[in-house]
Amino acid sequence: MTNSTLTQATARDWLRRQSRWSLPEIIFWPLLLLPFVLFPTYLPLANQIAIAALFALSVDLILGYAGIITLGHAMFFGLGAYCAALLGKNGWGEPLTGLLIAGAFAGFIGFVASFIIVRVQHLALLMITLGLGFLTLELANSLGWLTGGADGLRVPRTWPIFNYFRFDLWGYTAYGYSLAVLFVCFLLSRRLVNSSFGLALRGVRENSTRMPAIGSAYKSHQQIIYTISAAMAGLAGALLAQTTSTVALEVLSFNRSADVVVMLILGGTGRLYGAIIGAIIFLVARDQLAGINPQYWYFWIGLLLMVVVLFMPKGILGFISRLAGKRD
Amino acid sequence: MLTHRITAALGLALAMSTSALAQETVKIGVILPYSGPFADAANQLQAGIDLYIAKHGDTVAGKKIELIKKDTGGPAADVAQRMAQELVVRDGADIIAGFALTPEALGAAPVADEAQKLMVVMNAATSMVTEQSDYIVRTSVTIPQVNYALGKWAHENGVKQAYTLVSDYGPGHDAEKSFAAGFTEAGGTMLGSDRTPVANPDFSAFVQRVKDANPEAVYIFVPGGAQPAAIGKALADRGLNPPATQVFAQGELTHPEALESMGETARGIITTFHYTLERDDPLNKEFVEGYTAANNGREPDLFSIGGYDGMHLIYEALKKTNGDASGDALLEAAKGMSWDSPRGPMSIDPETRDVVQTVYIREVQEVDGKLQNVVIHEIANVKDPLH
Repeated sequence: MTNSTLTQATARDWLRRQSRWSLPEIIFWPLLLLPFVLFPTYLPLANQIAIAALFALSVDLILGYAGIITLGHAMFFGLGAYCAALLGKNGWGEPLTGLLIAGAFAGFIGFVASFIIVRVQHLALLMITLGLGFLTLELANSLGWLTGGADGLRVPRTWPIFNYFRFDLWGYTAYGYSLAVLFVCFLLSRRLVNSSFGLALRGVRENSTRMPAIGSAYKSHQQIIYTISAAMAGLAGALLAQTTSTVALEVLSFNRSADVVVMLILGGTGRLYGAIIGAIIFLVARDQLAGINPQYWYFWIGLLLMVVVLFMPKGILGFISRLAGKRD
Repeated sequence: MLTHRITAALGLALAMSTSALAQETVKIGVILPYSGPFADAANQLQAGIDLYIAKHGDTVAGKKIELIKKDTGGPAADVAQRMAQELVVRDGADIIAGFALTPEALGAAPVADEAQKLMVVMNAATSMVTEQSDYIVRTSVTIPQVNYALGKWAHENGVKQAYTLVSDYGPGHDAEKSFAAGFTEAGGTMLGSDRTPVANPDFSAFVQRVKDANPEAVYIFVPGGAQPAAIGKALADRGLNPPATQVFAQGELTHPEALESMGETARGIITTFHYTLERDDPLNKEFVEGYTAANNGREPDLFSIGGYDGMHLIYEALKKTNGDASGDALLEAAKGMSWDSPRGPMSIDPETRDVVQTVYIREVQEVDGKLQNVVIHEIANVKDPLH
């Protein structure tokens, strides 16, 4: 009796300790506001980094926490992007509602897909996610009347946020908007992974046969997190469509699914900040290297990836926390 | 005293700005997929740009031309949009150019519009590209332009019914529609149309369907690479080749490199294009010789000529405006401009800002023991029929 209350109390304490904001975290977020003052000409890039970070965050939730490996998550990114773009094209350019509708739509499709996802594991899971991604891409390609096919869609400019913040050429509004959405989604993810639900997910990741044995229904847990992740990826896609006023088949491509996994591996999986750090490093490196040599920049990205996986198997963040002498 | 100082400061500022003007540069941002699956197209286009600059010098109307290259890494509309934005706000580009792929041109169009910069589309061949912004000028070709003309010409030359077989993607659909439109408006009958997957190694089943319909002519459209040879073989295997059945296509199908892989099966194929490498013309000879010399023997193609003429447009427009690189001035100078290009006479339609040019109907014939495209008919001043 006393024993169980004791463990309950310590578990609650542990969770509370985990969810406390640490100093580096408190410093990290204001730093993301620096581009506004220091690099105002890099705001379009900062905007795409924020979007990529949100997308990577959504993948981290399933790949890093629930152990659902995926090579087709661009499917939800693209669904969100096309949903927002089609809303804008058909006369509804209000950003916030458009964003929510697109996220809900991607989440719904994610929920439907989750019934298949939880039935398979490992290689079969890779193949299923890959296949779903290709199917969606092909569907968008053949529905040319709706999606514009290979030519893509151009969307009328999104209306000002709150009827006040106009989407400007410099990208002030775009970055502010994407950063705000990223922050809200991050808070949500942080709350999720530091809850008992998050712990159960980690249990599934470590040993999915043992979870039912201790009375945890892991399939429904996986379905919930997959749906949330799909919705979040949809939000990222919608942000891209709204802030760039354009959408093309590339949003659904395998490349995008693969790039996001690369970002996660660079930053470190299973840590929410890994997604953000990975997106920053990948896109800044890509931008700088492509500026130096537009033809062969991919070589350096490949080299960077190899160095990271060889010498920092837990990603850059994992490496840093090991240097700092912290256990995971 | 204070006023004096202000006047002095103003004078100084003025002097500085004029001296800055004297050595001012015109910055051209070039947005192309330098890496990824379309890198070859981007490199060919860039070589066209480079050749023009090498020939005509890098100073025009007293201003130095500076290129800023930006890579999109494939068909990526959002990256192209960001690159255009960065070119304008960070690099201070006066003109944005390049655009091998339609989605990328669509992505950058809003930026050109808002920043009021001239945007020179050097390839992207979908009709609607120039409708996306009033600042877009195109120096390449549109798919309907060449295929509509071919459809009409086919009927005028005695073909009564035809069949189309195209790759199932945007350009294929456009080609199918515009050939059929030209052909039926002239009075021809379409017996049917089929679409093949974009990456298709084997055409025998599709060609069999065409054979069952027994048309006088078949129009085909496939992307370059391994497919021209595959479809050439499939057609020949089933006896669907000239002279028994006429085979029509857009020019890429029988591009010199494709001809090599197609071999004998290419003989007699009739294609439509805006640029013919072998066309006998002094300007073209000079262009091809200069190009092959500068590129290790690689021959120019549609991308190269698009880039070359795009630079010509920029140079001539700058001459007209006396170096004024503002979007509106350049646009006014570009509208209605006409010149003799290595591809033949061409001009910019003052209303649609799209290219107007001669369309060449070519037949694959043997010349000096080598199969090549021989121009059998020229249709002058063809506009895009969809605008």
